[in-house]
Amino acid sequence: MGAEEKRFLVIGYGNPGRLDDGLGPALAEAIEALALPAVTVEADYQLRVEDAALIAEHDVVVFADASVDGEAPFYVERLEASATMSFSTHSLQPKALLGLARDLFQSRTSAYLLGIRGYTFNAFGERLEAQAKENLSAATAYLTEVLRQRDESLLEKRCRVSAVASSTVL
Amino acid sequence: MTSLNTIEPKVEERHVEATNGTRRVVIEPVTRVEGHGKVVIHLDEKGEVSQARLHIVEFRGFERFVQGRPYWEVPVLVQRLCGICPVSHHLAAAKAMDMVIGVDKLTPTAEKMRRLMHYGQTYQSHALHFFHLASPDLLFGFDADVAVRNVIGVAAAHPELAVQGVMMRKFGQEVIKATAGKKIHGTGAIPGGINKNLSIAERDVFLKDIEQQMTWARGALKVAMDYTVANLEKLAPFGTFESNHAGLVAPDGAMDLYDGGLRAIDADGNIIFDHMAPAKYAEFLAEEVRPWSYMKFPFIRSIGPENGWYRVGPLSRVNVCNRIDTPEAEEARKVFMAVTQNKPNHITMAYHWARMIELLHSAEKIVELLHDPDLQGSDLMAKGEFRGEGMAIIEAPRGSLFHHYRVDENDQVTMANLIVSTTSNNEPMNRAVSSVAKTYLSGKTITEGLLNHIEVAIRAYDPCLSCATHALGQMPLVVDLVDHEGNVLDHKAKG
Repeated sequence: MGAEEKRFLVIGYGNPGRLDDGLGPALAEAIEALALPAVTVEADYQLRVEDAALIAEHDVVVFADASVDGEAPFYVERLEASATMSFSTHSLQPKALLGLARDLFQSRTSAYLLGIRGYTFNAFGERLEAQAKENLSAATAYLTEVLRQRDESLLEKRCRVSAVASSTVL
Repeated sequence: MTSLNTIEPKVEERHVEATNGTRRVVIEPVTRVEGHGKVVIHLDEKGEVSQARLHIVEFRGFERFVQGRPYWEVPVLVQRLCGICPVSHHLAAAKAMDMVIGVDKLTPTAEKMRRLMHYGQTYQSHALHFFHLASPDLLFGFDADVAVRNVIGVAAAHPELAVQGVMMRKFGQEVIKATAGKKIHGTGAIPGGINKNLSIAERDVFLKDIEQQMTWARGALKVAMDYTVANLEKLAPFGTFESNHAGLVAPDGAMDLYDGGLRAIDADGNIIFDHMAPAKYAEFLAEEVRPWSYMKFPFIRSIGPENGWYRVGPLSRVNVCNRIDTPEAEEARKVFMAVTQNKPNHITMAYHWARMIELLHSAEKIVELLHDPDLQGSDLMAKGEFRGEGMAIIEAPRGSLFHHYRVDENDQVTMANLIVSTTSNNEPMNRAVSSVAKTYLSGKTITEGLLNHIEVAIRAYDPCLSCATHALGQMPLVVDLVDHEGNVLDHKAKG
């Protein structure tokens, strides 16, 4: 399949009412406003099981989320499906969601995590820190280029750059 | 987010209270991922379980967050509280704001649109819980390897069930989208009514799918019922205890998930109070603060904190109602109640069966509403005289949810108070965990088996452990075993 034929899915998630936790949905909003062809954009508080069906309908999925201590302004990580589930919550991790997409819908979708560095989380408030806003701009510009070219290799290249950083994405 | 009449005390104030006891129990401060569960099992001098305590760290401060905001923003703002049941908060806030602006009766279109939204929410929430959280326990057994006992394991062994769960969840989410405007941060319900009706085209999409959904709902109910009946001997004592129950009922005593008055019954089924109007909630209920927990313990005032605690949620709702006003769910209720000779069912694991009765009920109500031409009506708003204060109760998937607001002459919120269902189930969950610990703890180590059984008991209540955060990352269950002198004998964590 040529790059121009690939269907991309962007899922930005987090709680916009919890300061920098809203980075994921903010990125989704910015990408959606561009109305790029062959790009589907979803924003949500958290990942949900029904996203598995949506993922299976795309060739590449990018999960965008706030990162607590990751590389700034953002990093990209390749994700593989896993069977790890949490104890008791209705939220899912991206890897578990990929596992569901694989097992239930025979998904072969490539997946990447776009972790955008945030700084303030432990309060209610619908705003981003100044530095978080800058990080968001950088991440948006980067992902826009990837999506305009529909070129997954750009994500792979960034993974290699980011591979040295380990971080917590929340 | 659970105080009555007053804004939540600051964390520091709670901490002082916590140090007044004979032994100081340190609870982790609010963390980035709040809402994890921590269980502390206390042993007495003989090394036997004296009690087990479930600590749920929940984020507070929302009441302060909404202060100063215009009242009409609140039904949207409150959805920030919870990534799991935003629709319940959306509707509870809208109902309370109806009262604030003096609207006691909505237009038929507004009320039915809100109900459709609510049944869509209940349907998807119950389906998700059953297929993706509870069914692994039921299909593989409590003792099965955790590597298998999860939804991925269900997907491998019973792929049709796992797919059904996803598709049922998807259907409910689409109902929410059509009624609330979008799947998250819906704006559909507004003080005094609703801002859209259901178009014929939207209705027809749902009508095309609804028979399949009904079939799946019947199947899910059968799985839960057959499992419970077949394993009754094992399930009946598991984390089980007698308790009071509370839930909304319609004026005729029928189950009503959206509106009505609160009914509370005792362990024998005798009515403690009935048709309690939401505005009276503080007269009938109070909350106890315990030094070791951030979460409060609600109780029925007339009985007191010792014996006045109560359960909420599907089990309680099926117990308190006289009937269910949809035919298939009503038949299922009769079968359910026959197990306990029409006395209240106190079996903790029966929550799953009751939840599936409500799943079918929600599907039936959706069918009923989709055939109601009022949904295409254009009279969306009602008007009233501004009162400045409003209270509402709605039956969220996990149980009764209370919202209370005061609004000043500038239309700004001056006070907000919420009691969420997980708070009402706080004492019951503690009892369930204690019961399991007493039965399954052997020696001075926390075995994998004990951890599994504690997890299963807590999960029956479907507690909302992730208010206000999407909580990517493991939501750990942490269990500590503590001797009579406070020494930690063992510690286990579960992702």
